[in-house]
Amino acid sequence: MNPVMILLKRELRSYFATPLAYVFIVIFLVLSGSFTFYLGSFYERGQADLAPFFSFHPWLYLFLVPALSMRLWAEERKSGSIELLMTLPVTLFQTVLGKFLAAWAFTGIALALTFPMWLTVNYLGDPDNGAILAAYLGSLLMAGAFLAIGACISATTRNQVVAFIITVVVCFGFLLSGFPMVLDLFRDWAPQVLIDTVSSFSFLSHFASISKGVIDLRDLVYFAAVIITWLAANVLVLDLKKAE
Amino acid sequence: MIEAQSVSKHFGELVAVDQLSFSVGPGEVLGFLGPNGAGKSTTMKMITGFIAPSEGSIRVYGHAVESEPVLCKRQIGYLPEGAPSYAEMTPTSFLAFIADVRGLQGTQRRQRLDYVIERLGLGSVLKQNIETLSKGFKRRVGLAQAVLHDPRVLILDEPTDGLDPNQKHEVRELIRDMSSDKIIIISTHILEEVDAVCTRALIIAQGKLLADDTPDNLAARSPLHNAVSVDLRDNAQACRLKQALGEMEDVADVHLAEGAASLKVLAKPGKTVLESVQKLLAARDWNPESLHVERGRLDEVFRDITGGRPL
Repeated sequence: MNPVMILLKRELRSYFATPLAYVFIVIFLVLSGSFTFYLGSFYERGQADLAPFFSFHPWLYLFLVPALSMRLWAEERKSGSIELLMTLPVTLFQTVLGKFLAAWAFTGIALALTFPMWLTVNYLGDPDNGAILAAYLGSLLMAGAFLAIGACISATTRNQVVAFIITVVVCFGFLLSGFPMVLDLFRDWAPQVLIDTVSSFSFLSHFASISKGVIDLRDLVYFAAVIITWLAANVLVLDLKKAE
Repeated sequence: MIEAQSVSKHFGELVAVDQLSFSVGPGEVLGFLGPNGAGKSTTMKMITGFIAPSEGSIRVYGHAVESEPVLCKRQIGYLPEGAPSYAEMTPTSFLAFIADVRGLQGTQRRQRLDYVIERLGLGSVLKQNIETLSKGFKRRVGLAQAVLHDPRVLILDEPTDGLDPNQKHEVRELIRDMSSDKIIIISTHILEEVDAVCTRALIIAQGKLLADDTPDNLAARSPLHNAVSVDLRDNAQACRLKQALGEMEDVADVHLAEGAASLKVLAKPGKTVLESVQKLLAARDWNPESLHVERGRLDEVFRDITGGRPL
């Protein structure tokens, strides 16, 4: 078996060996459901689509994904098992990838368990299932981007709470980078090119089109690039400070 | 063969390991001996590829740890300090994970798993979460993990720490059993352990190599080496014997406590005094209660070499 798969399997099993997995899934389902029906006016809109459901995903992920990613490396550091892991015959990249993919697969499981939402909307009307599938894909990609950020930040500390808070802040920055709140930080001093670059980083704008069912290659490339960049940074961080 | 060539490790200002060089071959059980913070664990971390040396290089069977880490790690079984593992796993799932990562398959996988579980007495706790196990069991799970793939090189950081005397004995037996064809490096600050299992000891303090010798040769550096203890029945005899011995050429010193009947006769380096003592006793027809030759005390030598820094 491929080392990445072995690490993924171990990691994923450990989620379910602790209450973490169940707490996460239940809270994710409850919140995503209640947001859709209460805040998102699912019924009142009178439209058979899942737009209200998906529109809350970035905000749910903002708090739930850091809660999942905070332990990825910080816990290994704290318990010392990082020393065991890093002296097994696998490369650093394989370890980083295995851990990330396990967390991503786990969010995939949580996301898949929202299928009653899809059943409901199909029961009530005649939605565009292709668009819904695209939105699910987009949501999964965005979760992956959040996770890659969180994994890297978790690798910088042995304190899970610190990892959580910093991840939320960084993710919040990425979410809102197209909005005045973030852009104003740069407006006074940075050249226009930088401001444009920063504003193009927004998770919200990239997710907006996918969540409507429009798969634009640029959005896919964007999320893939975010994931790859942060995983590379994760490898670098670990390589620089393994023992501390 | 493991070769370390002028390996150093700096953590900022701190020099944890300073120009350490040594090599070990199969069949040797090398003990790293030193006070806390001497650089024993740091050296082990560098051999196992967990941290990179600041200077120098380490080769494991010809492969440089830095440039071919996976090849080296494959040949090494490592028990890190404190025997860390995954708290939420059971020994069964943990060892199965290690077996997968180590690429064990089929009957070999089953045999090795059965062997380590039996050998380390893990049978009764296989289904328990590791976090609920006692310190001794946790350590044994860590040892099982390290020896599972029958590695050519075993690196054990304080393997018997936290074990009770019976368990210590078993772990030492295990180390001795495996030592014939493997390179084994253990770190310890228990001196009796060096005597019990090591064929060679490196004494390290403040990152520097201070001595590299067999435990017997190290013990021989003790002033007590070849000293003779005689227990006579009365003080008067003891005093007269002391006087007689004091004139002998090979005798370095004679210790006799006030009013006591037992003497300690220290030999000059490289000399023996047993014969002289026996002759003197025979000439006077005195029968000592006990008479024995001291081997020398490792802890004394250790304190001497490391400049009295406590263990």
